[in-house]
Amino acid sequence: MAEKIKRSMKQDVHIWRLVVIMLIWFVFIGITKGSKFYSVVNFQTMFAQFPEFGLMSLGVMVCMITGGIDLSTVGVANVTSITMALLMRNLGNESGELAVGFIPVIFLLAIMMGAVAGTLNGILVAKCKIPPILATLGMSELLTGIGIVLTNGSAISDFPKTYAFIVNNRVAGIPVQFLIFAVGAAGVWFLMKKTTYGKKIILMGSSQNVAKYSGLKVDWILIKTYLISGICSALGGMIMLANYNSARADYGSNYTLQCIMIVVLGGVSPNGGKGKISGVLLAIFLVRALETGINRFPQISSYYISLVWGAVLLLVMVMNYFTDNHIKLFKKKAAL
Amino acid sequence: MAEYLFRAVDIRKYFAGVKALDGVTLEIKPGEIHCLAGENGCGKSTLIKIISGVYQRDSGTIEFEGKELQKITPLSAIENGIQVIYQDFSIFPNLSVMENLAINSQLVAKKKLVNWKDMRKIAEEAVARIGFQVDLDARLGDLSVAEKQMVAICRALMFNAKLIIMDEPTTALTKKEVKALFKVILQLKAQNISILFVSHKLDEVFEISERFTVFRSGKLIASGNTADLDDKKFTYYMTGREFEQKIFEPKKIDENPVLEVKKLCLEGHYSDIDFSIKGGEILGITGLLDSGRTELALSLFGMRPADSGKILIHGEEAELKSPQDAIEKGIGFVPEDRLSEGLFLSQSIGDNIIISEIDNLTKGKLVDKKKTEEEIERWVKELSIATPDANNAASTLSGGNQQRIVLAKWLACEPKLLILNGPTVGVDIGSKHDIHAILQSLAEKGMAVIIISDDLPEILENCSRIMILRDGKMSGEFSAAEATEKLILDKMM
Repeated sequence: MAEKIKRSMKQDVHIWRLVVIMLIWFVFIGITKGSKFYSVVNFQTMFAQFPEFGLMSLGVMVCMITGGIDLSTVGVANVTSITMALLMRNLGNESGELAVGFIPVIFLLAIMMGAVAGTLNGILVAKCKIPPILATLGMSELLTGIGIVLTNGSAISDFPKTYAFIVNNRVAGIPVQFLIFAVGAAGVWFLMKKTTYGKKIILMGSSQNVAKYSGLKVDWILIKTYLISGICSALGGMIMLANYNSARADYGSNYTLQCIMIVVLGGVSPNGGKGKISGVLLAIFLVRALETGINRFPQISSYYISLVWGAVLLLVMVMNYFTDNHIKLFKKKAAL
Repeated sequence: MAEYLFRAVDIRKYFAGVKALDGVTLEIKPGEIHCLAGENGCGKSTLIKIISGVYQRDSGTIEFEGKELQKITPLSAIENGIQVIYQDFSIFPNLSVMENLAINSQLVAKKKLVNWKDMRKIAEEAVARIGFQVDLDARLGDLSVAEKQMVAICRALMFNAKLIIMDEPTTALTKKEVKALFKVILQLKAQNISILFVSHKLDEVFEISERFTVFRSGKLIASGNTADLDDKKFTYYMTGREFEQKIFEPKKIDENPVLEVKKLCLEGHYSDIDFSIKGGEILGITGLLDSGRTELALSLFGMRPADSGKILIHGEEAELKSPQDAIEKGIGFVPEDRLSEGLFLSQSIGDNIIISEIDNLTKGKLVDKKKTEEEIERWVKELSIATPDANNAASTLSGGNQQRIVLAKWLACEPKLLILNGPTVGVDIGSKHDIHAILQSLAEKGMAVIIISDDLPEILENCSRIMILRDGKMSGEFSAAEATEKLILDKMM
């Protein structure tokens, strides 16, 4: 057992580092704002907030492991939430209510929309050989444009209240948003760990050419990856729709970069070929805990949050650089 | 004048306590071609990096032209007249030949503005010194490997070099290009420039060098005149082992061919290729670099499907449109370039071994961890891959062990036909023998093996039949008994 822990410490330094940072933060916040931070309500709020960008981060994660990136997450999320809001508006009755049975259908349609958008991304990347950063940026602009046209740039909030009521609910004290996230995360975890897909994307991420020579269906794996990312984003959009109780083409626009930050923070290599879902899950939670914690200090303006995130990201990246290159800051002289 | 231009005496270097160099000595006379040989990891690259100032030695003395050099930096090495031509040539592929040649002197002169006229003059003078014909305006990235190397040599000469160190200069060159390189080296010698030629290729060492030094695991093993050296001694110095050359003789050849190729064509690369191979045979395909041999191999593996012609596998016509098709038909392929085609360098040894059969290591579509681990363990053992832990990255291994991983990957797929393009390129002598032995035993067990190589001794030792390509056409076919190196060379050129 001790051997196992030692080995995991050595292999997953990045993840253990996140654990340490998180513990330090939790102790610090416990000492300074203990009672305000450690309350059931506070945790329930946090667990309702992070699923939206958490799901998108999982999508970005799989893309980044293959050596690509998905910049269209927010675009996919918003277009999905807008079309579903419009659809529900048409389905709902005059008093603004929707039969509960429609909700699963709405989610199914959202997943399908995400899958279609993701597949398009995948085809652009795999078949048309467009660099992922450009393909998904283009897709993002396109989808945001569609969103603006559909809404004339304004928010849609006159859709049945039933939807937000159900998603904003709690089951045995656990927010529904988190349950949706948990299902999504479990799905991605299952694909990564229990099927051969996980190993394939990691290996492919370190060299697509070698993957081709090894007989992997590179194109198909890429399309599948962007499809997964599309579905994650669409689900993220559905949670945003509930949390904001409205849909708009420019909601969550800072999530694009935030997701990338989380994924990198979680130990995924931006060059591909390396990454674990456990690290990304930790990073998702850490980012939320940092923001919530800072909000507990009224004297610190929320403007500082970007600053803290940026500092944490850079700090972790610099530390990763040192461990990846086996540089010890305090070098022992080699014995002669 | 001192007897030696360059002396490095009793050099020691440690990396985190591990001895990389254990008191080695290297002495080079003025105007001599000296060969530094040794297997991968023997410390020769470390010594070069110490000489060129990339690493600092932990102890020992270095003298150049009779003066002791205390601390060497890359810049002071160049100023002293020591130039290193690395394997990757350290050139800028996006600039023109002229810019590549002139950029250093422009930098040294601290010029901020570009004077194109000056640059052209500098470049013209540089290429004239070795009589190298090249379009100065060509983009460097468009040149062949050999031409890039020449540019690097020209650039080295511009700084009044007295000692030029070439780190395995022939690795990526064709036979013809190696000849041209040797001619240039002799020209340099005539200008009284010393050459330190780093290589582990036997025939080259004998052909070009006057004196040699051999390292093995960080120690000096032997040094002397090349004239006193023979194959056997050299191999022994390099590896510390003695080898029996084993000429392959097929034991039992199947009746029906595994693969038949009929009138296969790929526009611009090869045409009208006809051959067949049966289980138990090793077929050698050889030819110059542009003879179409690599493209033919890629077509047989589905990477570059042929335009016309037929491929029959076990008598049935097969369409090989992708590597998956080929794998399904029982074809394995060890590609030419291990680093960019064969191996996921940063990934674990284990994952590299199982990646091609990963879909079979499952229990009802799900990953079967136990089966996977057993499979990895089995192949590490079977091919005696030297690693303490299969979870280590493939990049931690030597060239020979890396090639065993690639072999393991394909053997794990249990192919009926194994195609190897340059099976022992960049592999040390010991591993080369081991890999040959593996291939011979595979054929003895009934596998059909195709070896594509321009290493003629390798082909002659291991193949039962030899096919020669020239300009995309078959120019000859010999049985092992009748083939000689000269006969094959005649058909190749």
